[in-house]
Amino acid sequence: MASVSGQAGRQPVARAATRGAGLAALLWRRPWLRAVGLLSAPLAWFVLIYLASLAVLLVTAFWRINPFTTDIERVWSLDNFKTLVESATYRRIALRTVGMSAAVTVTDALAAFPFAWYMARVASSRVRSALFVAVMLPLWASYLARVYAWLLIFANNGALNWAADRIGLPSLGIGYSNWAMWIVFSYIWLPFMIIPVYAALERIPDSYAEASADLGARGWWTARRVIIPLALPGVIAGSVFTFSLTLGDYVTPLLVGGAGSDFIGNVVYQSVGVANNIPFAAAFATVPVVIMALYLVLARRFGAFEAL
Amino acid sequence: MTRQRARLTRPVGLLVLGTVLALVASGCGGGSSSSGGGATQAKPKLPTSIGPGEGQLNLVAWEGYAQPDWAKPFERQTGCKVSAKYAGSSDEMVALMRNGGGGQYDLVSASGDADLRLIYGKDVQPVNVDLIPSWNDFIPQLKSPPFNTINGVHYGVSYEWGPNVLLYNHQKVSQPSSWEVIYSPQFKGQITVPDNPIQIADAALYLSKKNPGLGISDPYELTQPQFDAAINLLKQQRPLIKKYWALASQEITMFKNGDAVVGAAWPYQTNTLQADGVKVADAIPSEGATGWADTWMLASKAPHPNCAYQWMKYVTTPTVQAQQAIYFGETPANTKACAEMDKQAKGSCAQYHANAPASYFDSIKFWKTPLADCGNGKSDCMPYTRWQQAWQEIKG
Repeated sequence: MASVSGQAGRQPVARAATRGAGLAALLWRRPWLRAVGLLSAPLAWFVLIYLASLAVLLVTAFWRINPFTTDIERVWSLDNFKTLVESATYRRIALRTVGMSAAVTVTDALAAFPFAWYMARVASSRVRSALFVAVMLPLWASYLARVYAWLLIFANNGALNWAADRIGLPSLGIGYSNWAMWIVFSYIWLPFMIIPVYAALERIPDSYAEASADLGARGWWTARRVIIPLALPGVIAGSVFTFSLTLGDYVTPLLVGGAGSDFIGNVVYQSVGVANNIPFAAAFATVPVVIMALYLVLARRFGAFEAL
Repeated sequence: MTRQRARLTRPVGLLVLGTVLALVASGCGGGSSSSGGGATQAKPKLPTSIGPGEGQLNLVAWEGYAQPDWAKPFERQTGCKVSAKYAGSSDEMVALMRNGGGGQYDLVSASGDADLRLIYGKDVQPVNVDLIPSWNDFIPQLKSPPFNTINGVHYGVSYEWGPNVLLYNHQKVSQPSSWEVIYSPQFKGQITVPDNPIQIADAALYLSKKNPGLGISDPYELTQPQFDAAINLLKQQRPLIKKYWALASQEITMFKNGDAVVGAAWPYQTNTLQADGVKVADAIPSEGATGWADTWMLASKAPHPNCAYQWMKYVTTPTVQAQQAIYFGETPANTKACAEMDKQAKGSCAQYHANAPASYFDSIKFWKTPLADCGNGKSDCMPYTRWQQAWQEIKG
């Protein structure tokens, strides 16, 4: 009885094993099938959660609302995009957003490079750790708390005007202005530039600099011809962060900006939360998506993704 | 509970639809419609009593309209737990009531400029004022005002009202007698006004006195040339503005830190700043003022209608009316609240105009929804969507 049942029990196991071996062999023979099997689950996730929402966004942008009831009408038209292109106001807002993102990126690159240079090539390992902590520490505090802190610094009776008064300068009325936004954005996103630049600089072997010196290049020439080109992918990688983070922000303009400081994000926010015009918000939201797609293609050309 | 709800909403929904169609068909002027034309209209079937509470009440309200001072006793009395979502503008209130097809919120404390949009948009349903005893004590102008009562059908109960005031730092600015002070370069970079399209009406009100040739009689009913003149004025004003405030707290911070010395405000900001010892005062300049008259409106798909009726009954009582008036700095609809206000804070009845003559009420141009058809038979006024577009252009 026991042996019979054992016999009967072994049979399907053996068959399953053969089947398993067949599957393994099949996967071995067809590597692409293996790739599909491995990737399909995460890929489905990516497609459903990420690409599907982008597709919905894009589709909604071609619809419109009933101006009276603000119900969405599923009628296809290019009206939203026409408004965007034709209205000087929205053009100005888009340009302001892109211009500010570019200004913040350049500022952060200029500020981060010497800092990252010092961290990667000059500082002792003890100092380096301390600097790492100093760079990362602000990220532990809430974004909002940091923006509000700057609001207090820039206030009419705030720290900045107090300091200016102390050294005999007239008070700087930069609170609630584009200047204030520029400074706050540059401060908030600086760590996102320092880290990739540091990573790129650290990878450059010391021997390159020595070889350059042996060949007669002075310090500045070495920096220009050897170090900066090798660090450039890191700077571009950092710029992807600073540029995209500024491009999508709407809280800093809302809190720190003055009259005429609206970003694309603010118009999107108002279109959804105030005017209930989701199709127009979707249409405007495609603008940063397109800008970022172009930016990433360019960044790839410069090898930014190898530095990440 | 479910039966109660069905009885309340289904026929009402049909009737709202019918009313709206009738109104749209007759090209009703909205703001100018009177309550006399309801004779031929079938009266909606309204609840005749308030059933047992559902244990929950969801409000969309102005900041400071569901303070624990009066919301907590209400919860104890009725067992309806109050949760409030604060909105910063009438537009936001309308959006909240419509998001996801409604059905999340029971009541909204809508101002006059949101009321008609909510009524015509079928977002709110008729209310039986017989179930709200304090309604009989309301000032006559707020029993059936044109912005919440259409053809004798009430879409809510009036609550409180007040003027938009000119707030100024009285150490830096001597008491202004005209709104001109926020349009002239004298205080360039120290002016703040609300980030709200209805602000165009404030410019129109100022122009109606400053430039009578434009012939502006109602700041919410503007023809193209009148509208253009107001927009032009606001575009000239933009370089003078420090910031367009979106939340009352932003304006309070700016006055506290000295970033603004003059601006358009609600009495709420004056109260808060004065309580903090900031040297501010407010005034209603010679041109008069725009203002708000708020109504608690019942959502078409209110999930807790009995608690909603309980709330409307409760907040219109003299005690709560007085608490709200003193807290926000506005005027109660209930005439019996005056004595109660003086009991809670001496002199507050007179301070917040609860005993003022009818002429004071009439001097305020209350917010209402701008419609294309403004009663001149030509439908050539600027509708609210144009106001919203223009406002974005002004702000840049």
